[in-house]
Amino acid sequence: MTPKIALAGLKKAFGPKTVLDGLDLEVAPGESLVIIGGSGTGKSVALKCILGLLRPDSGSIRIDDQETVRLSGRARERLMTRVGMLFQGAALFDSLTIWENVAFGLMQGHGMRRAQARQTAIDTLAQVGLDADVADLAPAELSGGMQKRVGLARAIAAKPEIIFFDEPTTGLDPIMADVINDLILKCVRTLGATALSITHDMASARKIADRIAMLHQGRVIWEGPADTVHHSGNPYVEQFVNGRAEGPIRMSVRA
Amino acid sequence: MNPLVLLGVVGRVFLTFLRHVGRLTVFTVTALGHCVRPPFFPRLIGRQMIEIGYFSLPVVGLTAIFTGMVLALQSHTGFARFSAEGAIATVVALSMTRELGPVLAGLMVAGRIGAAMAAEIGTMRVTEQIDALTTLSTNPYKYLVVPRLIAGLTMLPILVLVADIIGIFGGYLVGTTKLGFTPIGYVSRTWEFLEPMDVISGLVKAAAFGFVIALMGCYHGNHSRGGAQGVGKATTNAVVSASILILVLNYLLTELFFAQ
Ligand SMILES: Nc1ncnc2c1ncn2[C@@H]1O[C@H](COP(=O)(O)OP(=O)(O)OP(=O)(O)O)[C@@H](O)[C@H]1O
Ligand SMILES: [Mg+2]
Repeated sequence: MTPKIALAGLKKAFGPKTVLDGLDLEVAPGESLVIIGGSGTGKSVALKCILGLLRPDSGSIRIDDQETVRLSGRARERLMTRVGMLFQGAALFDSLTIWENVAFGLMQGHGMRRAQARQTAIDTLAQVGLDADVADLAPAELSGGMQKRVGLARAIAAKPEIIFFDEPTTGLDPIMADVINDLILKCVRTLGATALSITHDMASARKIADRIAMLHQGRVIWEGPADTVHHSGNPYVEQFVNGRAEGPIRMSVRA
Repeated sequence: MNPLVLLGVVGRVFLTFLRHVGRLTVFTVTALGHCVRPPFFPRLIGRQMIEIGYFSLPVVGLTAIFTGMVLALQSHTGFARFSAEGAIATVVALSMTRELGPVLAGLMVAGRIGAAMAAEIGTMRVTEQIDALTTLSTNPYKYLVVPRLIAGLTMLPILVLVADIIGIFGGYLVGTTKLGFTPIGYVSRTWEFLEPMDVISGLVKAAAFGFVIALMGCYHGNHSRGGAQGVGKATTNAVVSASILILVLNYLLTELFFAQ
């Protein structure tokens, strides 16, 4: 079976600083892959390269076996109608109301009428645990965790085939985090979407992932089924999932 | 100092300059390309038009009326020395329509609108809202830049027309109350020597200034980097570069119209 997303030899540097250093990764259709890895190892940069927001220095990104690195204009817009993205910082449009944010892709990308889009937006907000009364508020009037959930609603509102989640449960209370985990699972299991998520939350990773890949210094150093992450035998992964300061991953801090 | 070091510094500054010019050219050409290709966002164009045209009226009106008034007084001081007070009305009308209307309105709007555009788009850039637009199948040029360019291009001439009228009215006020003109006399003196080209050249300038203001606001906003400080810098750059370009363009366009 051809993978839904296939990255090969992806490299990206900012000035002298190499962030991605030959990243190889494949995600099968309908699979939920979770990327874990230390802060600043280039997880968000990898997602932005796949989305075409950053241009990789070299390497290939294939979606449905089609090369997308050089895609631009209309072709890129068409690809984006099949994709949803939750940004790490939510990135809500602060000049629009909550429901307009959620319905944005429906109205712009899919040409849905306002009245219908509003209803869909309110339904999607309900799925992320937000009432209809927030629909007409501005993003600045919500708490950080609520903004994150609106960002999630915006990412899934148009029922995309491929969904990217950048730290979906960060900043949420444990109960709401589990609601979001269930929602992500539902997107993958019942809608058949392919999901690529980044998380630091190991409970969430275990729950939503079919497979887990660990990123370190711009490469995948380990990948395997979600249930094997706790006895991977890889010292880097062991250190990460157990959250130990001592180990092969050196954090550059001074005592 | 080693002359080679100096040469290196000059070269680096020159290269940076070229890079900025290149980036701006690419930005402008891309934006203009999107101006003529659908989809369009009439609702956003309308909102920008109101923002630029309607909400700038008080500022531009106040600038124009005091400029017209002071012009009348100052030209009286000058022309009284060779008994040519009769020309005051003409001087006010010509200066307002050809020069001061477009330039002063342009500078005021650059401060008001150029800054606001750079701050808004800059904030959207650093908070990844522009990236989010792209992931929602919306071209940021079409959604953010084109409406502002069109609104700037069309609203500034209208603002300047209003400024011309208010400025001439300011001259009329001072002329009739302080300088001994009769109302009919002042108005007929204004009409007599004012030619369509005076007004038209001013409006053409205004359109060019409106475009430059919006372009600088969008360009600096779109290229802002790194948080609140980056947005602040973009805002300053947008206003300063728009103001300088307005003054330079003003001279070039005046020279172009001078032959006529
Ligand atoms: N636009 C940019 N310009 C320069 N450097 C950047 C840019 N974006 C990211 N970086 C650098 O790339 C590195 C990886 O950033 P990235 O945001 O991908 O980290 P991350 O793995 O998502 O970390 P976190 O878990 O903290 O979100 C960082 O060191 C960052 O400094
Ligand atoms: Mg990140």
